[in-house]
Amino acid sequence: MKTEQPLEGKILTPTFLLCCLIFLISLIFMAKRFIYGLGAVSNMSDGYPWGIWIAFDVVIGTAFGCGGYAMALLVYVFNKGEYHPLLRPAVMTSLFGYSLAGVAVVIDVGRYWQLYNIFLPWYMNPNSVLLEVALCVGAYVAVLWIEFTPVFLTKFGADNAKTFMNKIMFVFIALGILLPTMHQSSLGTVMVVAGSKLSPLWWTGLLPLLFLISCIFLGYAIVVFESSITGSRYRILDESHLLGKVSAVMAWLIAIYLAIRFADVGIRGHLNLAFKGDLLGNMFLLENLLFLIPMGILFVPTNRENAPVVFFCAVSVVLAASLYRLNTYIIGFDPGNGWHYFPAAGEIFVSLGIVSMEIMAFLWFIKRLPIYRRL
Amino acid sequence: MEIKRRDFLKGLAGSAVLAMAPSAMASSSEKNRLPDALGILYDSTLCVGCQVCMVACKKANNMPLEFYGPQKRWDNPVDLSSKTLNIIKVYENGTHKIKDREIDGYAFVKRHCMHCVDPACVSACPATALTKDAKTGVVSYNENACIGCRYCQVACPFNVPKFEWDNPFPKIVKCQLCSHLLAKGQIPACCGECPTGASLFGPVADLVKEAERRQNMTAGKYYEFPVSEIASKKIQIHKAKNYIPNIYGKNEVGGTQVLMLSGVTFDKLGLPMLPDRSYTALAENIQHTLYKGMILPIVALGGLIFLVKRTEKKKE
Repeated sequence: MKTEQPLEGKILTPTFLLCCLIFLISLIFMAKRFIYGLGAVSNMSDGYPWGIWIAFDVVIGTAFGCGGYAMALLVYVFNKGEYHPLLRPAVMTSLFGYSLAGVAVVIDVGRYWQLYNIFLPWYMNPNSVLLEVALCVGAYVAVLWIEFTPVFLTKFGADNAKTFMNKIMFVFIALGILLPTMHQSSLGTVMVVAGSKLSPLWWTGLLPLLFLISCIFLGYAIVVFESSITGSRYRILDESHLLGKVSAVMAWLIAIYLAIRFADVGIRGHLNLAFKGDLLGNMFLLENLLFLIPMGILFVPTNRENAPVVFFCAVSVVLAASLYRLNTYIIGFDPGNGWHYFPAAGEIFVSLGIVSMEIMAFLWFIKRLPIYRRL
Repeated sequence: MEIKRRDFLKGLAGSAVLAMAPSAMASSSEKNRLPDALGILYDSTLCVGCQVCMVACKKANNMPLEFYGPQKRWDNPVDLSSKTLNIIKVYENGTHKIKDREIDGYAFVKRHCMHCVDPACVSACPATALTKDAKTGVVSYNENACIGCRYCQVACPFNVPKFEWDNPFPKIVKCQLCSHLLAKGQIPACCGECPTGASLFGPVADLVKEAERRQNMTAGKYYEFPVSEIASKKIQIHKAKNYIPNIYGKNEVGGTQVLMLSGVTFDKLGLPMLPDRSYTALAENIQHTLYKGMILPIVALGGLIFLVKRTEKKKE
């Protein structure tokens, strides 16, 4: 069996340099934010206290980071060892998604210098959904880095340490499945308390369940998306037969999700809002069409053997699951009294800067660390 | 062996569904009013829009003036903000000839923290920066705990907590029912200075009774109205207006300690139309059902460790 190896090649490619440039621009806005306050670079307001730094970088970003979680579910809980080759790259993407969500939180919170308060027992509020999210995400970032230590230890040839880590790893793998189950569902519960301010097309007591299911199939979509791209650009072992099978799992989960989603909106009697022709109705339709189309395509077995079709479906699912989160956190959120929100250039650049950081780290990791199985 | 694993998964899924179902449906843990709760009864029909309460509030809480438009001569905020804890707003319609009438009329409304019975901000805050006093029920803020995440702002159905967006070291700002004055045996500044009794301070239990008394008044007849504080001897005689047959805050999101009476419907005054149940209770129910004593997560972790170990063994 082939083992994972660095892909080698030079680091300073045009893609890397472009990311570097965007990251440097974002540093200017970050500096401005810390010198003059959040209002200086963002369009957030007392009506829309959360903008894209939370909705995109944290809520969507960590959901993108569910590839490792979703693959671990398949490999360990459902005992499908054949998917093991997809696990390490998936865990790496999770590592970046979550670590950088942490960076975004530090930029976003107003009183960052006392952010550690949430780790002090006398300040913890056990009723707070956000506390559960924060502690759980924090713990999961640590778990992901621990799960990734064998990669570094291989790189530096520390074999004894690696053997030891591999021995105790089962605890962290188990934690790595438990923690995302907890905080990804809680990211849905976070918006339950927004109640009347969130459109009934998105507000429901089932938010935690919907967020949980959608983060799992989004995880599969991300794995397909990323493996397809790296597979076409680098000489690595072809995993497309696995991707086809993963996409089937994805399609079934989407079917379960959509059944719950529509039953919920229907039973609460708000399905008519979807066809009002206004922004919210159209967003609801768009979001769910982006789910329905790939689901329908992937239900046909021959389509799952067609790599470009599988890739297209994964992209659609990524967009749909992102839109679901954006709709729940921003577009479907209306505080009333005429408040509006559209991200400012500063917010967009900071978010782009964080994504650039992620891409740069990704490129360096796959070229210098044993992530993929080379041809 | 395969069957065992399957049974385990079924059991896990089953208990998760059992745990979720009641939590998502019922909201049994709604809180009751505290017996010694303090609050304000704002009667829109008594308010003359003089804004003395706003001046008093700024003085009592050392709040900066806030300017809107080109003039910078006097304080004229347009809404609650990190500089304004209390504001009088006006509803206007058509020729706005008659006070407290919806068509061709006008009416005032006073906005500040409602001091909810089951405050969403208190439940939401991860760092316990917002707390509800166990006796008076006043909701206050502790900047030493706050991390500035602004979840309180997302959670509050009345959009009351405000954030200092232009301050590099920002705080959340909100009405705290002049707790510093209550501690000295005084009453909130807005009620203390209100010349007509439109803002009336007192124990919420008494305020509810007073509000109900006013609901039963006959429009056009003269009645006695207490001023500043319900227990005070200061009384004014006013002609009762045509009250809307609702007390805002009596039941909204589980009740609030600030109650309102009005001659025009409350949505006209810009108040949110809210259900009687509190969203806070629903969110807490979901959390507490899933995380009570961390039993479910610990059981799940045990199961997961078991599954991971087996998979690892098989691989070897």
